[in-house]
Amino acid sequence: MPERASASPRVNDFSVKFATVNGSGSTSANSLVMKAIFRMGVPVVSKNYFPSNIQGLPTWYEIRVTRDGWRARAGSVDIMVAMNAETYSSDVREVCAGGCLIYDSTWPSNTLLARDDIKTFGVPFAQLCNENFEGARARTLMKNIMYAGALAALIDLDLEVIRTLLAETFAKKPALVESNMKAIEIGYRYAKEKFACPLATRIERMNATAGHIMIDGNTAAALGCLYAGATVGAWYPITPSTSLMDAFRSLCARHRVDPKTGKNDYVIVQAEDELAAIGIVIGASWNGVRAFTPTSGPGISLMEEFLGLAYYAEVPAVIFDVQRVGPSTGMPTRTQQCDLLACAYASHGDTRHVMLFPDSPEECFQMAVKAFDLAERLQTPVFVLLDLDIGMNDWMAPDFKWDDSYQPDRGKMLSDEQVAGLSKFHRYLDPDGDGIPYRTLPGVSPKAAYFTRGSGHNRFGVYTEDSAEYQDVMDRLTRKFATAARLVPPAIVESRGASAGIVSLGSCDAPVREALAILRRSGTAIDYLRVRGFPFGAEVEEFLATHQAIFVVEQNRDAQLRSLLTLETAVDKKKLRSILHYNGLPMPAVCIVDGINSAMATGVAA
Amino acid sequence: MSFISKPKVANPSLPSNELGLNRRDYEGSMSTLCAGCGHDSVTAAIVQAAYELALPPQSVVKLSGIGCSSKTTAYFVAGAHGFNAVHGRMPSIATGANAANRNLRYIGVSGDGDSLSIGVGQLAHVIRRNLDMVYILENNGVYGLTKGQFSASADIGTKSKKGEANEQEPIDPVLLALALGASFVARSFSGDKEQLVPLIKAGLSHSGFAIIDVLSPCVTFNDHEGSTKSYAYVREHSEAPVAADYVAPQREISVSYAPGELLPVTMHDGSSVLLRKLDPDYDPTDRAQAAAYVQERAMRNEYVTGLIYVDQKRRDFHARANTTDAALNSVPFERLCPGAAKLPRILASFR
Repeated sequence: MPERASASPRVNDFSVKFATVNGSGSTSANSLVMKAIFRMGVPVVSKNYFPSNIQGLPTWYEIRVTRDGWRARAGSVDIMVAMNAETYSSDVREVCAGGCLIYDSTWPSNTLLARDDIKTFGVPFAQLCNENFEGARARTLMKNIMYAGALAALIDLDLEVIRTLLAETFAKKPALVESNMKAIEIGYRYAKEKFACPLATRIERMNATAGHIMIDGNTAAALGCLYAGATVGAWYPITPSTSLMDAFRSLCARHRVDPKTGKNDYVIVQAEDELAAIGIVIGASWNGVRAFTPTSGPGISLMEEFLGLAYYAEVPAVIFDVQRVGPSTGMPTRTQQCDLLACAYASHGDTRHVMLFPDSPEECFQMAVKAFDLAERLQTPVFVLLDLDIGMNDWMAPDFKWDDSYQPDRGKMLSDEQVAGLSKFHRYLDPDGDGIPYRTLPGVSPKAAYFTRGSGHNRFGVYTEDSAEYQDVMDRLTRKFATAARLVPPAIVESRGASAGIVSLGSCDAPVREALAILRRSGTAIDYLRVRGFPFGAEVEEFLATHQAIFVVEQNRDAQLRSLLTLETAVDKKKLRSILHYNGLPMPAVCIVDGINSAMATGVAA
Repeated sequence: MSFISKPKVANPSLPSNELGLNRRDYEGSMSTLCAGCGHDSVTAAIVQAAYELALPPQSVVKLSGIGCSSKTTAYFVAGAHGFNAVHGRMPSIATGANAANRNLRYIGVSGDGDSLSIGVGQLAHVIRRNLDMVYILENNGVYGLTKGQFSASADIGTKSKKGEANEQEPIDPVLLALALGASFVARSFSGDKEQLVPLIKAGLSHSGFAIIDVLSPCVTFNDHEGSTKSYAYVREHSEAPVAADYVAPQREISVSYAPGELLPVTMHDGSSVLLRKLDPDYDPTDRAQAAAYVQERAMRNEYVTGLIYVDQKRRDFHARANTTDAALNSVPFERLCPGAAKLPRILASFR
């Protein structure tokens, strides 16, 4: 990561938080601001904290402007745009000392809430809207767009960039471009006239976002599904995974319709529940297409029985688990990494599953493709574990690349010709010694036929209650899992010979990297390993063995990654110390810095 | 069960179909069900139907859930792939399999426990999807593998082997299917092969969801005096308003009946089902009337059998999804992946 580039500490390095009411159109205003900063070449991090509700509850949106290109949430607020009376008092309290508050001054604010250590900017948004726009709905919507205008003046956003963005957004409704721009300009002019603009905390053009996009992980994963050649998607709507299927549907509408016939090269089934959704995926994969389901924790719970069938009958399946806060219904719109154990051992009996852990939308794209290759190669369910933070927030990512030489790995699937050359086909033999049998598809030839079942079967695919025959298949599945450890994406290891190390995964990568830089500046060197797949590869085992103290950083209460490490590697569990963050908000770097510093202070690690 | 399997060597005098296959080529492995089980007769009817239709064995996909009935997919068409899913969840496997390849014939076999209790949700929704498949519900009113508990199709007042009477409302799969908009609804009896075989053939030719509720007595747990699903009871209490004769696509309809008695229904593949009205007032294309008729007869303790309702016009799952005509699993990767050239334009919308 680059070190600080500017002499002035607040230029291109601060965070803005918007406190609004959901369903009031604030999302468009907020992303307009975020996109404008991004278009001005300055790296941004955006986080949306929204309620599980359609209209009327408090919602927040946070933009971290970070010239150094950090990807984690800031964890502090420099500018608060407080538009929600309901949360006003706590929003004011959240601004850090020396920060700014922008609020609607149409009505007198509670002087008891005034703080003398922050600057306040009152703009009569409601009054200005009433004077300039007709109709209750328009006035509400324009009030939100208007605060973006006032903010633009204060932090020095380029109005032309905003105009271009609006023109793109409302390309089909030019009237909306004008009304929105009018609101922007009213807010902008008011701020220019009344306040000394811009603030010291402001945006200056940079050139650090070229070759990058702002994309959420769900869309990136859907794009991966499209490129991987997935043709069947089945799902039951559930936050925060819904936008994955929405994105897949719109990508397919654009790229998977035969121009000659107007017919679709895909099928999307909105199932009656997650049990059916995974059943459809298993049926489709069994019949030779690439099929997937996006879901979240409650869906995983429902899918467990079928997942055991797919494991034991050896049917590919790809499951995107966009994790949200549990247990039970939990907090559907908050983030956590709380399904690691549920996915690793999903279903009754001896089952173990392959998992992938993307850290960003970029890896969501890549790992979606990888997941299909692995599911077909290994003939087993593969979980891609996103979380709400990766899945639903816009992340700055380098432009995705695609290599046209990619060919899908369909695994050991016998072609018609190969079947014709066989004297007899048996489903569960292991001729290659890697634990992976050969399969055939329905429709090929009577010789290829076999019976798929979740009941006890022997290596020939025949029903059995014979102890030795049962155990023979179970032991081969163990060998197959060992093969999986060699095929999943290897962990990213950054070792400089330190005695302490961090082991983490997924969206923790952003705060971990920032924390490592902070610690390095204060003289603390720590190595880092980010697991990207399960079962763990040899590199994980080696990292655990060669470090004296290991901090396991993850976002759940029960240290599930730490549990997996103790269960699936030879590590001495006394070496593993947890740094946990599980309040439902994305993890900021400070949480890791504090955790490690306090451990160092008590002499646990050197 | 019998534990001596019949040798697979066919008698050369056995007649063969258009593919040169004889009836025994459509058999599967040996049944492990109780001797006299109604399900074995249903299996035999499926074998007969597949033989008579001259289906290439590999063009058939057999699907089932869990239970005695679900075991039977192993006992017919050995040359077809089979999938024995989890309890009550065969419809979702069938949906996925059919989504992947629309050009095969899907035969689902389930039971009253599998379909009407644990799997009633999946059954309801596969009906709504109008998935192109034949769904044979082998209905005996009892849980056999777990030794004799009532199922959800047990009639009020029917007695268990231990003498206990059922008081809960039964779920009639025919009424359920009619209510949910199934496009082909039939009922038959495992002991009436003459009725069952043409129904299975018609169901296989139907484009959309064809459900056949087959009353199939359980000889071990539900064939006693006092049961409403025993051989004796079903024989005495069945009544068919229409008889269905299947006519292959290339054959001409040559049977003559009095006008108004005959209702030819042309199936998707060009074949026809000739419906002979046994009750002159019955119209099997009138959904509301069909439901009322079945309900009214049920009040009189009668099972309405035969082809109860058919609607050839309802669009099936793939028609609604506007799926390409080719099997999705045969579409080449090059057609599915937009490739590197198109990626920059896709990414442009994220700047």
